[in-house]
Amino acid sequence: MTTTLRRSSLYVPGNNPSMLINAGIYGADVLVFDLEDAVPFAEKDAARILLRNALSAVRYASAEVVVRINSLSTPFGREDLDVIVPQRPDTIRIPKCETARDVTDVDRAVGELEAASGIERGSIRFMPIIETALGAWNVMEIATACPRVTALNFGAEDYTADIGAIRTKDGTELADLRARMLLAARVAGVQALDSVYSDVADDDGLYEESRRARILGFDGKSVIHPRQIPVVHRAFTPSEKEIAAALRVERGLAEGKRMGVGVVVVDGKMVDAPVLKRARKVLELARAAGALPKEEESSCR
Amino acid sequence: MNSGHENAVPGRGVAGSFESCDALVVVTLPLPLPGGGASASGGVSLHLESPSLAVCGERMRRVALETLRALDVNDADVAISDRGALDCTLAARVETAVRRARASAEVNRP
Amino acid sequence: MPLNGVGRDVPDRIPGYGDARPFSADGIAETPLREAPETESGAETRGRSVAKVVPLERSLDLLDLRDGMTISFHHHLRDGDLVVSMVLDALARRGLRGLTLAPTALFPVHESILAHVRAGVVAGIQGSVNGPVGRAASDGLFDGPVVLRSHGGRARAAASGELPVDVAFIAAPTADPEGNLSGLSGPSACGSLGYAHTDARYARQVVALTDTLVPYPLPRASIDQSCVDLVVPVERLGIPERIVSGTLAVTKDPLRLLIAERTARVLDACGVIAPGMSFQAGAGGISLAATAAVRERMRERKIRGSFASGGITGDLVAMHEEGLFDALLDVQSFDTEAVRSLSRNPGHREMSAAMYACPSSRGCVVDRLDAAILGATQVDVDFNVNVNTESDGVLLHGIGGHMDTAAGAGVTVIVTPLLRGRLPMVVDRVLTVTTPGSTVDVIVTERGVAVNPARADLAEALRKARLPLRDIGDLRDDAYALTGEPEAPRFGDRIIGVVEYRDGTVIDVIRNVV
Repeated sequence: MTTTLRRSSLYVPGNNPSMLINAGIYGADVLVFDLEDAVPFAEKDAARILLRNALSAVRYASAEVVVRINSLSTPFGREDLDVIVPQRPDTIRIPKCETARDVTDVDRAVGELEAASGIERGSIRFMPIIETALGAWNVMEIATACPRVTALNFGAEDYTADIGAIRTKDGTELADLRARMLLAARVAGVQALDSVYSDVADDDGLYEESRRARILGFDGKSVIHPRQIPVVHRAFTPSEKEIAAALRVERGLAEGKRMGVGVVVVDGKMVDAPVLKRARKVLELARAAGALPKEEESSCR
Repeated sequence: MNSGHENAVPGRGVAGSFESCDALVVVTLPLPLPGGGASASGGVSLHLESPSLAVCGERMRRVALETLRALDVNDADVAISDRGALDCTLAARVETAVRRARASAEVNRP
Repeated sequence: MPLNGVGRDVPDRIPGYGDARPFSADGIAETPLREAPETESGAETRGRSVAKVVPLERSLDLLDLRDGMTISFHHHLRDGDLVVSMVLDALARRGLRGLTLAPTALFPVHESILAHVRAGVVAGIQGSVNGPVGRAASDGLFDGPVVLRSHGGRARAAASGELPVDVAFIAAPTADPEGNLSGLSGPSACGSLGYAHTDARYARQVVALTDTLVPYPLPRASIDQSCVDLVVPVERLGIPERIVSGTLAVTKDPLRLLIAERTARVLDACGVIAPGMSFQAGAGGISLAATAAVRERMRERKIRGSFASGGITGDLVAMHEEGLFDALLDVQSFDTEAVRSLSRNPGHREMSAAMYACPSSRGCVVDRLDAAILGATQVDVDFNVNVNTESDGVLLHGIGGHMDTAAGAGVTVIVTPLLRGRLPMVVDRVLTVTTPGSTVDVIVTERGVAVNPARADLAEALRKARLPLRDIGDLRDDAYALTGEPEAPRFGDRIIGVVEYRDGTVIDVIRNVV
């Protein structure tokens, strides 16, 4: 797959049987089964066992299966890995990453468990979460800490508390982290995923924040309620207009090549490398999301 | 919901909840006798209460017993109050309750 | 034993019921209408020498009452009804025995009937049973089977004489001294009296009970004085808060909302959501949410529909008032808003059970429905629907208008979660066939949408709209993968329920649970 579709990542509390069993029905691109913040200390053992059983019993269709473990610095993190890795989740979400070592420690543990469970070494991927000032400062070394890293995330609440910022609706206090994290992700060649929008009832606010994240270059957003999924998808899926424009660029270019024309102009703009790159990204995303018009699906493979 | 203080009874472990699609499981293990050895083996006694007893009772009983066997539990009182838990949930709750029961028995070893 | 048109073992003769005409998949069996559909009164008030307004005890003196008679009640007072108990207690005091009850439905409040059954006052039930009475039937309390009919089927049986009612006791929230009756006002207001019309028309004797007697004439009556023999003032007909609910809350459960939204997409893809549309949905959580999702689409596209029918809710009233439906055809008013609207909105009109759904009438409303959204307690791979028995085989629910609307509507959609707890809702074979699969078009679950193979046209439309189509067998497999195949409940060999199809043929029987 060229583009891994991660528009929405639905957090699913790890100790809730009903939600675990039904997590797959809402069409989220990514399911994040949470053993960390959504599970109280007294239930960590129960959630781990329940999630292990659910992962082996329930098929989650096409969604990427991610487990957010507890940090290895807690008494729970290592056991989370011991129990969960043999279930072959696609990805581990690692909380509170502050240094490259926070990632490589998990890499070592997962590598051993992969070997012990007959899973190809390196096949389980990582999504580090940045939630502190130190983590934000070291985001580049975290992004490049190990080849398993596939996407970066951040935790807005913990991060703003750590840096002493005031939480606002428009996220002024997060601007620097978003920009920094996105750059690190692009340098490392991984995806960047936006944090949750916690006002579940406010679809307009969620759409606006998602749209701005996409403008910045983010690939998707975490959600805490199924109803947020379609809103986030709307923001992160190229619109019909965008798709049509991208198709015109591709066609114009092909036409130009056939005619032997050096410079191609589409919609009054010269098609140069960045224009083409953007158009291709739109089409790739649209295809992955199944948003491409039927007749175009084969032609732009 | 459950649990903390109930777990504090030596040899008893509680897991799960009364939420729909869950089950509350109470496992009571015999305490080790002073001077080693366990109390006389009474086997496994299983009490199951469920709204779907008529059509799923056999299967739920089997799942619970298989889970106990896999954990080498041969001697225990197990009470399950089911609220529509699937097999994977029921097995998880039984396993957690057993582990908690063992931990509490361990702490209270004379 | 022969198999009927949906493959069920139905004996030719059922003890306590008589000869059973087997359900045929080929079409509706004919029922001749009675020559003289409206009966002459059998009560002593004929000829008007006695004033109609009498106390309950006196009314029983005047009626022709004998052991073994059939008496009927309507269920518009739902779980707040006090009339059934009041009347049965009075009949019991007179020493009557062996009565057959023919209620349009019974509710949990009617558990008090069971004492009268044990005492021999009541011998059997022909009508829908909900809750404790059904459970008692499943335990084998009655000698003969409960006869379950749909609203349309009951109206047909009453009209044809198959269900001869000797006395209809009609709870009337407002009445005048001549017996003009209305449900619009009074402390026990229930709105429509749709289910009472048939009995008022066909019963041999008709007694209205009311707690609100107003001066003659009651200008807007649902049932008029020509049908009513006696008017009995009582202190209280019912418990108001259990008669109509406040505003029915739309579910917040994301799984049910998902099914609801998908259902609206299905209707849209089938071309139902269009100008002039007609529509009926149940009052279950998913159905209410689906109605809300349909409403959004109608609003967005400024669609003006023709009518919504069946049980009417405040949501439908709001849709009517904002111009989304020209008319509401109301057989039963579910909430206070619907009750109020019936007085206020000329486009909101009451309809009788016969007008609603009777297959032998000269034309019923269900036949004009573009779409119906209905619930289920089980669906099987042949699209048969069970709404009567729970997964443990116990008779807990009546039929309502389920099989009528399914037969009539252009597109019949069944909405159900695939699992309820650890019970699969899509199964190999339903325990009881209420509504035949031949009248069911689409099943919407959270794990996919199944289309009846007979409706290739709909399948194509849904595929084009990118709805998640699944084979019904795959849905069953998905369910069983999570729950395991359910064990069959242990049935005895006594038939405790006969499920009549709307044409009076027997579609299935229900046996006692051991």
